[in-house]
Amino acid sequence: MEKYKVVVIGGGPAGLAAALESFKILDDKKVLIIERDKFLGGILNQCIHPGFGLHYFKEELTGPEYAHRFVEQVVENRIEYLTETHVIDITPEKEIVAVNKKGLKRIKADAIVLAMGCRERTRGAIITPGTRPAGIFTAGQAQRLINIEGYRIGKKAVIVGSGDIGLIMARRLTLEGIEVKAVVEIMPYSTGLRRNIVQCLDDFGIPLLLSHKVVKIHGKYRVEGVTIAKVDSQLQEIPATERFIECDTVLFSVGLIPENELSKKAGIVLDIKTGGPVVDNTFSTSQKGIFACGNVLHVHDLVDNVTLEAQIAGRYAAIYSQHPELFENNIHVNIVAKEGIRYVVPQKLNKNFVQPFVLRFRVDNFYKDAIVTVSNAGKVLVEYKKSILTPGEMESIEISQKILSQLDFSNDIVVSLQNI
Amino acid sequence: MSRIYDVTVIGAGIVGMSILRELTRYRLNVCCLEKMEDVAEGASKANSAIVHAGYDPIEGTKKARFNVEGNNIFADICNELDVEYKMVGSLVVAFDDYEINVLEELLQRGKRNGVKGLEIKSQEWVFENEPNLSRNIKAALFAPYSGITNPYKLTVALFENAVQNGADIIFSFEVCKIEKDGDYFVVHSADSRFIKTRVLINCAGVYADEISKLAGAKLFKIYPRRGQYYILDKPDKMPVTRVIFQVPTEKGKGILVAPTVDGNVLIGPNSEYIDDKDDTATTQKGLDEVFEKAKKVLPSLSKRDVITTFSGIRATPDNHDFIIEEDENVENFINVAGIESPGLTSSVAIGRYIAEKVSSKLNAKRNLNFNPYREDIKRFLKLSDEERVRMIKLYPSFGNIVCRCELVSEYEILEAIKRGARTIDGIKRRTRAGMGRCQGGFCLPRVIGILSRELKIDKTKITKFGKNSYILTEKRWEE
Ligand SMILES: Cc1cc2nc3c(=O)[nH]c(=O)nc-3n(C[C@H](O)[C@H](O)[C@H](O)COP(=O)(O)OP(=O)(O)OC[C@H]3O[C@@H](n4cnc5c(N)ncnc54)[C@H](O)[C@@H]3O)c2cc1C
Ligand SMILES: Cc1cc2nc3c(=O)[nH]c(=O)nc-3n(C[C@H](O)[C@H](O)[C@H](O)COP(=O)(O)OP(=O)(O)OC[C@H]3O[C@@H](n4cnc5c(N)ncnc54)[C@H](O)[C@@H]3O)c2cc1C
Repeated sequence: MEKYKVVVIGGGPAGLAAALESFKILDDKKVLIIERDKFLGGILNQCIHPGFGLHYFKEELTGPEYAHRFVEQVVENRIEYLTETHVIDITPEKEIVAVNKKGLKRIKADAIVLAMGCRERTRGAIITPGTRPAGIFTAGQAQRLINIEGYRIGKKAVIVGSGDIGLIMARRLTLEGIEVKAVVEIMPYSTGLRRNIVQCLDDFGIPLLLSHKVVKIHGKYRVEGVTIAKVDSQLQEIPATERFIECDTVLFSVGLIPENELSKKAGIVLDIKTGGPVVDNTFSTSQKGIFACGNVLHVHDLVDNVTLEAQIAGRYAAIYSQHPELFENNIHVNIVAKEGIRYVVPQKLNKNFVQPFVLRFRVDNFYKDAIVTVSNAGKVLVEYKKSILTPGEMESIEISQKILSQLDFSNDIVVSLQNI
Repeated sequence: MSRIYDVTVIGAGIVGMSILRELTRYRLNVCCLEKMEDVAEGASKANSAIVHAGYDPIEGTKKARFNVEGNNIFADICNELDVEYKMVGSLVVAFDDYEINVLEELLQRGKRNGVKGLEIKSQEWVFENEPNLSRNIKAALFAPYSGITNPYKLTVALFENAVQNGADIIFSFEVCKIEKDGDYFVVHSADSRFIKTRVLINCAGVYADEISKLAGAKLFKIYPRRGQYYILDKPDKMPVTRVIFQVPTEKGKGILVAPTVDGNVLIGPNSEYIDDKDDTATTQKGLDEVFEKAKKVLPSLSKRDVITTFSGIRATPDNHDFIIEEDENVENFINVAGIESPGLTSSVAIGRYIAEKVSSKLNAKRNLNFNPYREDIKRFLKLSDEERVRMIKLYPSFGNIVCRCELVSEYEILEAIKRGARTIDGIKRRTRAGMGRCQGGFCLPRVIGILSRELKIDKTKITKFGKNSYILTEKRWEE
């Protein structure tokens, strides 16, 4: 059986950054990246729009450009990687089974970094009634077919979901000569960034229909249209508000789900809210020596944050592979999401590694003028005010050395939100 | 050019394919005409997949006879054709005294129909054996010989085996005119092709009434009756291990909750008469009804686990029994119509019955070369690692995973194409690529690519299920 210090599963931005970081630390450089696609780079390869890297590189790159900077370093450093290789199993003992056209490989890792990314929610997952003709796509499918394979997927489209991906695809389809009739959003607000609403919809005159949903898909062989309706505050259809929109394409961009089928196989505890593993501030999962980062951990809006998080996971994975004893007798302080906060990552602070870290979280609703606080044993450690908070935008707070020094380790760290 | 056959079947559903395959046991020149581009495009792909025990149909009906006969031979057929079949047993659950009385009636009817092993079980037994069911259940009828299968794969398997044994099948042949020319029927398609045949068997599902009329045979009416379903993601642990029915009403067998042979959970169907025979849409109302009723039996159901919804259309005849007979006035025209539930269970028994009738009518000899066996495509998902290694050595494409949710390899897709799949749905039904939790989000572009390469046609010509179900509309640049 082949042996590595650190094996990274997934060659997207998370996997690449983690592998590079592990590689820097390890003397024997035994790091391996396994990627099922033909190329390294992950989902970024199909995101040909600009908007990546503003925070990390302080310049605006396209997805492939952003990924390329990391792929280049991987290649320059001769970090080992396998493409077109699918990991089908991992065990708590950190044995990996991967398969490709040459055969089935068993690999023993001292530490594993999970970086498998996420998959898209579908029309079926949100239970959209109607017929099941051709012409129904997820945003990611459409992106791949249009941007990588070079095909047009229809003439007139309706987009369901107004997160950043839905918005960006509205612009992309328009640039490809596909008429976007509307972006339909069930919530009373868009979860996309303000600048994307302006640059992707307003600039092209594409209507955004908030508090609306697709109540029926029509068409026998190819989509012929959709019926949309207004919804009330309970997201229930309001009678007599139905309207037919003629189109041959429906694009669903209704959320992403971390891809944790492998994590389950290794018996890793998952957080129901994030859909990803429960981790501590070393990005260690509940299985010792298995770390997680990127969209497999929780869905990110910005790849820059993925990179930062992955570097930490990669670093601790390398440390674990050399000094597993440092991770013995782990004692954790729980970090819990309370009022107004949907989830926090990491969910725990490891007492063996009390070091500054960034707490990332999402709020559970749309808020105007609110204060977010981090408290412990009834004492407020940090707080900050914000005029607008939405579930679509990931928030973060730095947990500095100063804050850590005030901690009462026998009590939870609590993150919550109050309206002013 | 016209082709001449001894026997021709209209409709490549499970009934048509069963008959076709059974006919190849005889030295007959047989053919099937199907309007779509693949088999199992009608009711046979969208049903509850239950091999019913046979306590439901009224005694003395054709439904009762073929159901019980079908159930008896189902395991053997699935074994010969390498199709999944699990005899998981079923429960009809009762919530009150009235419903307990119905269980008693079903038990008696089942006994009269010749169903073995039926028993009424106590509340305690139910909770011990199916601990996730509602605590409001008072008793249940247990039928140990009820089973689950894969209806569209069985249809595909029957088709492959029939072709292996010499049958012909003509796709995209929509029968629109039937004439008589001496001893032969001349059967015309909508696009002006025709074939000649001595015996014509009508297995056109919801359209069987119209085909009978075209042949100048008996007039009857088929009412389309739709049923809607949910498919749930593969759970870590099955919430039910048997098929759970509610007490039947005049509308049918009611909403059931059942495991599928692939490890998903199936919920449905409701029952509604509709106007359009092709209207397989799901509706909010129908889906809501199904979910509420299923929750009554299995309170832990969650919509979060739904991966897709679909509906199927039952071909309900006006006399409420299967119509399986040679026409009184049109010799050699045989109706196999109104085959609603338990049509899947009955299909193979019906096939045998018809093949015997027709072969003796035509004095056909046995086909000594008939081979009843067909092997399924080797599944990456199902093999051990050692077997996988061996397969990859022989076929490197076995190591290329195309569908990540169901772990379907490129080899399986190539094999499905060799065996006749031409569309995305054809690949899906034969391999499960695209049936997993991401519903083709990952593999659709890859499957399009493989189909285009193997069939040597442009990607824009690849369809979901034939006709105008194109997926890509225009090529923008060369890859
Ligand atoms: C349409 C769209 C628009 C976006 N726009 C922006 C933007 O403008 N700016 C921005 O900053 N961010 C944007 N993002 C977000 C950003 O791209 C993601 O946050 C980031 O790519 C996530 O990185 P990852 O490495 O976690 O996942 P991925 O990039 O998905 O990488 C995961 C990799 O793991 C591989 N893998 C999974 N399972 C296995 C297995 N079993 N075996 C082997 N390999 C496996 C996959 O093939 C994949 O390559 C966008 C995302 C999308 C989808
Ligand atoms: C909701 C539902 C639930 C069910 N549950 C069960 C169950 O659990 N157990 C069970 O035993 N049975 C069940 N059934 C019944 C079973 O599915 C059917 O009895 C069976 O599939 C019927 O097969 P078929 O071949 O007669 O019809 P179909 O599969 O509908 O095939 C008819 C074929 O004829 C073709 N055709 C039609 N018109 C023409 C034409 N003019 N020219 C050429 N071809 C034509 C169609 O394209 C189609 O392929 C259920 C049915 C439904 C709808």
